[in-house]
This record gives sequence, C-alpha cells and structure tokens, in this order.
Amino acid sequence: MTAYDAIFWFFSLALLLCGVLVLISPNAVASGLYLVLSFFFLAGLYVLLQAFFLALIQVLVYAGAIMVLFLFVVMLLDFQESRRWWHGNLLGLVGAPLAVAALATALLPVLKQSGALAAIPEQWFEGTLENVMTPVFTRYLLPVEIIALILLAATIGVVVLGRKEKQP
Amino acid sequence: MHLDAVIWEWIFVGIRILAIFVITFAIVPYTVMAERWVCAAIQDRIGPNRTGWFGLMQPWADALKLFLKEDFIPNHVRKAYYILAPTLVFLPALLTMALMPWGSNLGPMSCVLADIGPGMLVVFAVGAFSVYGIVLAGWSSNSKYPFLGGVRSAAQLISYEVCIGLSLVAVFMQTQTLNLTQTVLYQAGHGWLVWQQPLAAFLFLVCMFAETNRAPFDFPEAEQELVSGYNIEYGSLKFGLFFLGEYANMMVASMLLVTLFLGGWSLPFAPFNAPALVWWVGAAHVAIFIAKTACVLFLFIWVRWTVPRLRYDQLMGLGWKVLFPLALLNILITAIVLGLRGGA
Repeated sequence: MTAYDAIFWFFSLALLLCGVLVLISPNAVASGLYLVLSFFFLAGLYVLLQAFFLALIQVLVYAGAIMVLFLFVVMLLDFQESRRWWHGNLLGLVGAPLAVAALATALLPVLKQSGALAAIPEQWFEGTLENVMTPVFTRYLLPVEIIALILLAATIGVVVLGRKEKQP
Repeated sequence: MHLDAVIWEWIFVGIRILAIFVITFAIVPYTVMAERWVCAAIQDRIGPNRTGWFGLMQPWADALKLFLKEDFIPNHVRKAYYILAPTLVFLPALLTMALMPWGSNLGPMSCVLADIGPGMLVVFAVGAFSVYGIVLAGWSSNSKYPFLGGVRSAAQLISYEVCIGLSLVAVFMQTQTLNLTQTVLYQAGHGWLVWQQPLAAFLFLVCMFAETNRAPFDFPEAEQELVSGYNIEYGSLKFGLFFLGEYANMMVASMLLVTLFLGGWSLPFAPFNAPALVWWVGAAHVAIFIAKTACVLFLFIWVRWTVPRLRYDQLMGLGWKVLFPLALLNILITAIVLGLRGGA
C-alpha cells in the first residue's frame, strides 16, 4: 500500500464514519459539526484527485458559510436532546436497504469502469482555477448565466416572502 | 560540509515554520501590550509600567498568571466541544500565517512557507473556520450570555465574509492572480493597490474589524450586554487561548491588509521594490513588512478606543445595505475601467 492509498483510505473511512455520526448523534448541533468534519474529509479526497479548486470551494462554501448558517438556525431553534437514530419506525427497516440498493445500482456502472478511468490522461483531472473557470466563462457561458438568473429570481422571491406584512 | 538541495529545502521549511512561531509570539503579546498603552494614552492614564523595563515584561507576567491558574471546567458544559473551542479560534490564525509572504527572500530561502497558487482562496477557507471556535464556545458553555454571543458571531461573520470576498474580487481582477506573493510583486511594479483600489481597501478594512470582533463591531463579547460574551465560562489557559486567538486573528488581518493593499514587503523605490538579491535587503524586507503590520495594528487599537460600538441592527444594516452594494459597485467600476484600458 502506497502513501497515496493510505491517505485515500484514511479520508474515505473518516468520511463514512462522520456520515454515520451525523445520523446517530443525539444532538442536532453535534450532527452539524460532524457534517462539517465530513466536508473536510471530502475536500481531502478532492485534493487526492488533484481537483484543488473544488476542494477549496468545498471547504469555503459548504463548511465555511452554509454550515455556519445551518448551525445558526439549529442553535436558535434549540432542539431537545431526545433525538434518537432509531424511532422504532418499521418503514425505516425496509426503506434504508432500498435506498442503499438504489444508490448501489446507480454507482455500479461507474465502479465497473474504474479501470477505464485510469486510462484517461492525467491533465484532464487538473482542477486548477484556470482549468475550471475558462470553460465556465467561454463554452458554458449561457447555462451559467441562466443559472445566475434563476438564483437571482429565487433571492428576490425570498426577500418578497420574508417581508413583513404592512399594516393597513 | 556538502548537503544536497533536497535537504536544504527541508531545512528551509523548518526555519520558516520556526519563523512563523517566532513572529506570531513576538507580535501578539506586544500587541496586547500596545493595546493597553495606547488606550491609556487616549484616556490620559499612564498604563502598565511596573513589570520589567518600562513594563515590557507585562504580557509575559499575564501569560504566566493565566498558566498557573486552576484549569477549571464547569459542570454544566458540553465538555469535548468546550475544550475544542479555544483551539479552533487560535488555529486558523497560525494556519493563515503559513501562506503569508513576510519577506521576499533571505539568501536562497524564500520567505513564505506555502506558496500555493490560489493562496487567497486558502486564506478564506481557513479563515472561515475561526467562526466555529466562537460559535462552539457559545453553544458548549450551555449558558445564556455565551450562547447569545455565539449566535451573534455566526450572523455577523457570515454577513461580512460576503463583503470581504466581493471587495477583493475587484483587486484580483486587476492583479490577475490569487497568489499573495504575486500580488505583492504586482504592487512592487505598479504601485500600492490602496491608491488604485481605495474603495476596496476601505471595505476590506471595515470588514476586517467585523471579522476579528473588534470594536466598533465587538458584538460577540459586548461587555455591557453580554458580560463578556462567548468566553464567560472559560478560565485560566483556555481563556488565555481565546485572548491569544483574538489578537493573533487581528495580526493576521493586518498582515493581509498590508499584503493586499499596502505593498507587502516592498517600498516604492530601489532596491526595496524587487525581490532581494543581497541578504541585507531581504532582512530589510522582513523589517518593512513587520513595521507596516505594526502600523495597521495601531490603527486597529486606535479605532477601538475612539469609536463607540454600533447597535446590532446598525451592524447588519451597514453590512448588507451599505458595504455590500458598494463592493458590487466597485467590481462594476473596475470592470469598466479595465475594459476601457483594453488590458486584462
């Protein structure tokens, strides 16, 4: 096992462990913190794939901004610490394996092609800032602008919905 | 004795790591000291002058006092997070130091530990984590004032982070790089960015006051309302780490301002406007960088003892209704100017 493999397994197993802990920890804030930790390990995996920009954005946007907001809301709502991972819900017993099976069928074709992935030239994976952003602002400019417009519409919608009703 | 290049590289890495600790632990205690002297001068007092020569040993005496106190953990706290929180406040500052170009080069050794391509993104990503320290401290203390401090901090830091990012976009559009060393080199060639991007520099400065929880934006620890906010339940060395973390974050913020807007280690005349070729210019570059940082730190302290704290709604209003649109406007202006110049 090379150092690369060792680091990969460390990040992967830690990521899975954090994912499980998000689900089973009794406290909502603790769950959120495990989610932050799992984002970190995920970013580590991106770095191993040489997708440096994606790794940085993962940490910056998800762990740095979105999760702070999540925690802010969770802390404000102040959930009781009675949250348990098992509610005696029988549907869960059926649903969970079904969900895992669905994910596995979706991922199986990808896993089967892992040999083919190794044949792809290495510079395809180079996720530097220029490599990621040049196609975004040239080839995919129109889709990006449309997404921006949709997000703007959503933002305006949130502002309108969140506004207090004026007293007549 | 002959050593090959790889071993020298490792020795340089060791020296630079050591240098980061030396710089941090030389500047931070004396920033605390300067804070007390400047506030004493502003309030027409004498300030600490008893411990050591002119009171210069005062910060070390304070540190020793905190170190010798009983390390007490209250019963009602969530222990693991309670212990983790002070570290999370201090650690990002040290990590950011690794990316800071605190000089050009000393002989064959360059003065930045990790010269990463998109260095500024790393600074943002790491800096975003200092908020977790404060939020965790507030939550894990399990008592109302720290909790309010933590919640305020989360809202405040998120609001102002947006503005920091946007204010720097204009800078990056002009310098065409996210690398801190390249930014300094650009300024060495084209003049300091504070003259070319005054609005961005001002926005960045204001946001840095908010990000480091300094007055007039020190809401997470507003004494009159929250006793002392997120760190009430902490004592001894854990409190000391919060204290150290606050000043270390302030130091890093000053260094960022110097690097991005005030020319970093460069001065606008030869031989200081290019990477050093002889060792004494290299040493002068380090001294210039630290002197500039000290000036910005003085500004931080000066503002704290001059400007009263805002109200919380004023803070949010300022962030979202004034600074945010100004940052967007600045990007627009920069884009138009760069477009008209035809260069970019």
